[in-house]
Amino acid sequence: MTNSVTYPATYHVTKAAFLTDATICIGCKACEVACKEWNEVPDDGMIWTGYSYDNTQALGASTWRHVMFLEQPAVAGPQQVDMENPFRWIFLSDVCKHCGNAGCLEACPTGAIVRTHVGSVLVQADVCNGCGYCVVSCPFGVVDKRHPDGRAFKCTFCYDRQNAGMIPACAKACPTQSIRFGELAELRAAGDARVAELQLRGYSDAQVYDPLQTSVAGTHAMFVILGQAEAYNLPPAPEVPTIYLKSAWTSALIAAAVLAAIVCAAFLF
Amino acid sequence: MSATDKPPIPPRRPKASEARLDAIREEAGSSGKVVSGAGASQANANTNAGPGPNAAIPGAADYYNLPVLKPPTWTWEVPLYFFIGGIAGVSSVIAFVGHLFQADPRMLRLALWIPLIGAGLCPALLISDLGRPLRFLNMLRVFKWRSAMSMGSWILSAFGGAAFLALATSELTLYGIHFPFLSLINGLAEFAAALTGLLLASYTGVLLGATAIPVWHQNRKLLPAHFLTSGLGGCSAILELAGFLIPATQVLGFAAATIETVIGVILELRHTRAAAPLHHGKSGWTMRIAGSLEGPIALIVRILWHAEANGRRAAATCFLVGALCSRYAWIWAGRASAHDPQALFQEQQRKS
Repeated sequence: MTNSVTYPATYHVTKAAFLTDATICIGCKACEVACKEWNEVPDDGMIWTGYSYDNTQALGASTWRHVMFLEQPAVAGPQQVDMENPFRWIFLSDVCKHCGNAGCLEACPTGAIVRTHVGSVLVQADVCNGCGYCVVSCPFGVVDKRHPDGRAFKCTFCYDRQNAGMIPACAKACPTQSIRFGELAELRAAGDARVAELQLRGYSDAQVYDPLQTSVAGTHAMFVILGQAEAYNLPPAPEVPTIYLKSAWTSALIAAAVLAAIVCAAFLF
Repeated sequence: MSATDKPPIPPRRPKASEARLDAIREEAGSSGKVVSGAGASQANANTNAGPGPNAAIPGAADYYNLPVLKPPTWTWEVPLYFFIGGIAGVSSVIAFVGHLFQADPRMLRLALWIPLIGAGLCPALLISDLGRPLRFLNMLRVFKWRSAMSMGSWILSAFGGAAFLALATSELTLYGIHFPFLSLINGLAEFAAALTGLLLASYTGVLLGATAIPVWHQNRKLLPAHFLTSGLGGCSAILELAGFLIPATQVLGFAAATIETVIGVILELRHTRAAAPLHHGKSGWTMRIAGSLEGPIALIVRILWHAEANGRRAAATCFLVGALCSRYAWIWAGRASAHDPQALFQEQQRKS
């Protein structure tokens, strides 16, 4: 066990955050199991994909933690797997980003999706009517409709556990503390410190994934990754879709005015 | 095999608890190979850990080419709703303007009935698409400017009310029933139905445009105009097919087919990766065939046989079929777009 952070018996935060570190993850998928068991997320089938050890593939309505397995041609370094054809094997546990400016929350027409008091984004299952607009509004492809239930589901940030002063199930079950839970500001600093340390040790492509400069306005789930974000299917510059509203509505109003003029002209003709 | 030979019932899955989470952690940590010594673990950060590669290792351009975004979950009802809603909305505009310019009262009556039929069909289609149809009233639980879906729910509700009032007051007048302010109420209701009808026929473009799906949000300025034009041409086509082969519907048919031709050319000239679903695959071919039918084909037929009733009917039919199919093509294009991670990445890399 290589835990270096201990949590108090009851732990309440003001702004909740995850810092998930790809350089520490061992790919055990304990987070996936713990999440499924604690939240009683139903089975959604399993196929052998051939994508390294990843048979989960993506986050979805019934997958709230997803461990990725990247295989990259390596030149050197301790994450190299010693085989005939050596490669760098990287694992990362993906999760809902709980965006600072969340596309799903903005899009939800029923008010089922809310911002909680710890800053996380929660789908209220007793309000959601399964319209599906959050599904196409998430810039990370996280939330989805569950069949045959009909409603939209995603990571709750273990809101029930947090309310009881417990850390989320995935963070609790992580044997290496690749998944850290804590205060947003503290973990943001911890992520930067971690990257600085990694770079000092020669991991020049280490970076924090936390799109602060975009309209998403940073996330409550940050990642320490090696290499480009695209290799982890993380969009390099995610945008909250509400930024497109202004131009789309302007176009709609202009087109409506033109149409009204055409109809008037047609009857004058 | 007797009943006693049956394997014992497996024990119930342990109920999730703190002890269970600890057990998961213990098991993962002991059967997995926890990186030690030369690893990159936090605990060994300050020990004599091995050096990094000192160079960026070329990574893959995406994650096994798996989709980043989730495809739209909407089923057949939603594109059909776009089609019917567009026609119903524009029909209210035609009814109001036609009333102002004293057009054929029989046509005005039909132009008031179309919105009411549409206002009945549209909610039914939308409710049947919901994952939990019985919770449809939750759509009016909040009023959110920033959600095009919420705005659409309110627009459709307001449109339904106005269309009903406009038709009811107009029918009362037709049956010779009069009471004070009837014509004023009728005028206001027709005006309200025309305004909300314009919004109903155009907001669907905003609904698609303000999403994370690349092929939709890249066309966010075009989609409202495209859908409005489809509604205009579709409504005038229905009036023509119903026998109102008047100059006004001829002009509207020309205008709609001309605008759709221009929109088709603009779409055909888009050659970013995000525009690929407009050109390739099921969505691409449906888009092209539908676009040709409501654009150039409807236009050519109308020009060649403008003086013949059957020519106008043929042009109207082409437009209706094209407008309906193009709505399906847009939803299919969204699905294809969500499945292409490079469409998203290339767009974002270009911006940054």
